[in-house]
Amino acid sequence: MSIWEYANPKKFMATTAPVLPWVMWGAGVTLVVGLVWGFFFTPDDYRQGSTVKIFYLHVPAAMMAINIWVMMLVTSLVWLIRRHHVSALAAKAAGPIGIVMTLIALFTGAVWGQPIWGTWWVWDPRLTSFLILFLFYLGYMALWTAIEDDDTAADLTSVLCIVGSVFAVLSRYAVNFWNQGLHQGASLSLDAEENVADVFWYPALVCIAGFILLFVGLVILRTHTEIRLRRARALEARMRA
Amino acid sequence: MMPDLGKYVVEVLSAYAVSILLLLGLVWLSVRSARKARATLDAVENRMDKRNG
Amino acid sequence: MIALLKRDLALAVRAGGGFGLGLAFFLIVIVLVPFGVGPQSELLSRIAPGILWVAALLAALLSLDRIFALDHEDGSLPLLATSPLPLEAVALVKGVAHWITTGLPLTLAAPALGFLLNLETGAYAFLLITLLIGTPALSMIGTFGAALTVGLRRGGLLLSLLVLPLYIPTLIFGAEAVRRGADGFSAANALVLQGGITLGVFAFLPFATAAALRVNLR
Repeated sequence: MSIWEYANPKKFMATTAPVLPWVMWGAGVTLVVGLVWGFFFTPDDYRQGSTVKIFYLHVPAAMMAINIWVMMLVTSLVWLIRRHHVSALAAKAAGPIGIVMTLIALFTGAVWGQPIWGTWWVWDPRLTSFLILFLFYLGYMALWTAIEDDDTAADLTSVLCIVGSVFAVLSRYAVNFWNQGLHQGASLSLDAEENVADVFWYPALVCIAGFILLFVGLVILRTHTEIRLRRARALEARMRA
Repeated sequence: MMPDLGKYVVEVLSAYAVSILLLLGLVWLSVRSARKARATLDAVENRMDKRNG
Repeated sequence: MIALLKRDLALAVRAGGGFGLGLAFFLIVIVLVPFGVGPQSELLSRIAPGILWVAALLAALLSLDRIFALDHEDGSLPLLATSPLPLEAVALVKGVAHWITTGLPLTLAAPALGFLLNLETGAYAFLLITLLIGTPALSMIGTFGAALTVGLRRGGLLLSLLVLPLYIPTLIFGAEAVRRGADGFSAANALVLQGGITLGVFAFLPFATAAALRVNLR
C-alpha cells in the first residue's frame, strides 16, 4: 500500500468521491462560522477601525494564493517524474482557484489600503509580487488552454511551472531590491511572541481552515471533472476508430 | 445586529461582498462544469454500451 | 555548433524583416514616449532609463516567435533534434543567435536613443553595460518561451504573456542600475545581481528549452 496507488484515476475517483461532499460542506460551514465570527463578533482595531475585519478574507486568500502555486509545482514535478495523470490534472484544476485567490487578496488589499495608506495601490514589494504572481497564473492557464494534446499540455505547463517558480522567487527578491515597502511583515507567524491579539487570531484561524478546506474540495471536484472529460474524449476517439 | 463599522462601511462591506461573490462564482462554475462533464461521460458511455450490446 | 550559429545568423540577415524590425520598433517606441508624457526635458531625463529598458525589452520580444517557427515549418527542427548535437546545445545556439541579431543591435543603438530622451550624461555607460549584460538573458528566456509555443498556430500573443513575467527581474535590475548611475550612486549591486541572473539563465534554461522542444517534437 503506497500513496502512488491513488495515482490511478479510478482509484482516485473512488476514494475521493465519498469524501468530497463532506469536505465541501465542511468548508462552507467553517467559512460561514469564521467570517460571521470575524465580521460580527470581533472588536475594531484601535488604529485601523473596522477595516481590520477585511483581514479575515485577505490573509487566508493571500496564503492560499502562494500555497496553491507551491502545490502546482509539486504536482507538476510528480507528473514529470512519475507520469501520473491525476497529478497533472490536479495542477490544472488548481490554477483557476489560484487566480481567484490572488484576485481576492489583491482586491481586499486595495480596499484596505485606500483608507489606511490613502491610496488604492502602491508599488510596494508585497503588492507588486502578488501582481506578478497573478501574471504567472494567467500565463500558466493560458498555456493549458492553448495546447490541444493533453499530454503535451501537461508536460509543457509543468516545465513552465518549474521555470516560473524560480522566476517568481527571483522577482520577489528583485522587487524588494527595487522598492522598500509600506506593507507590514507577515501578520501571522507561529514563532513571533507578540502576534495579533487572540480576539483577532481565533476567527482568522477558522477562516484559514475554511479556505484550505474549500481549496481541497474544489481541487477534488475539478480534478474529477478533468478526468471525466478526458475519459469521454478517449472513448469518443475509440468509437471513431 | 449589524456591527458599527464606523467610517469604513463601504470598504469593509465591498471587500466582503466582492470576495464572497468571487468564491461563490468559482464554486458555481466548478459545480456546473462537473455536472456537464458527468453528463458528457454518461452520454458517451451509453452510446458505447448500445453499440457493443 | 558554430555552423549552426552561422546558418542562423545568415538566415536572420538574409530574411530581412526580423533583423531591422526590432531596431525600428525600438526607435518608434522611444519617439512616441515624449508625445505621450509631454516634452519637458527634466521629466524625460528622469524616466529615460526605464523607458529605454522597457522599449528594448519589447523590441526583443518582437522577433522571438521566429526563433523556432521557421525551422518548425520547413521541418529542419526534427533534423536538428536527431543530429549528433545535443538539443540543449541547439537551444543555447538559438538563444545566442537571437541575441546577436536583436540584443546586440539594440544595445548599440540605445545610447543614440538616449539623446532623444535627454538621458543624464553619467548614465550612458551604465545603459550600455546593463543592456550588454541583460539582453542575453532576454534572448535565452525568450528562446525558452518560443520552445514552449513552437507548435501553436496563434503562439505569438501567448508567447508574450508567458515571457514578459519572466523578464521582470532582468528589467528591475537593469533599469535600477541605470537609474542609480544617472543619480551618481553606486550601481555595483544591481549590476552584479543582473549578471548573476544572466549566468543562471544560460546555465539552466537550455535544459528547460530542450525539454520543451522534445515534448513538442514527440
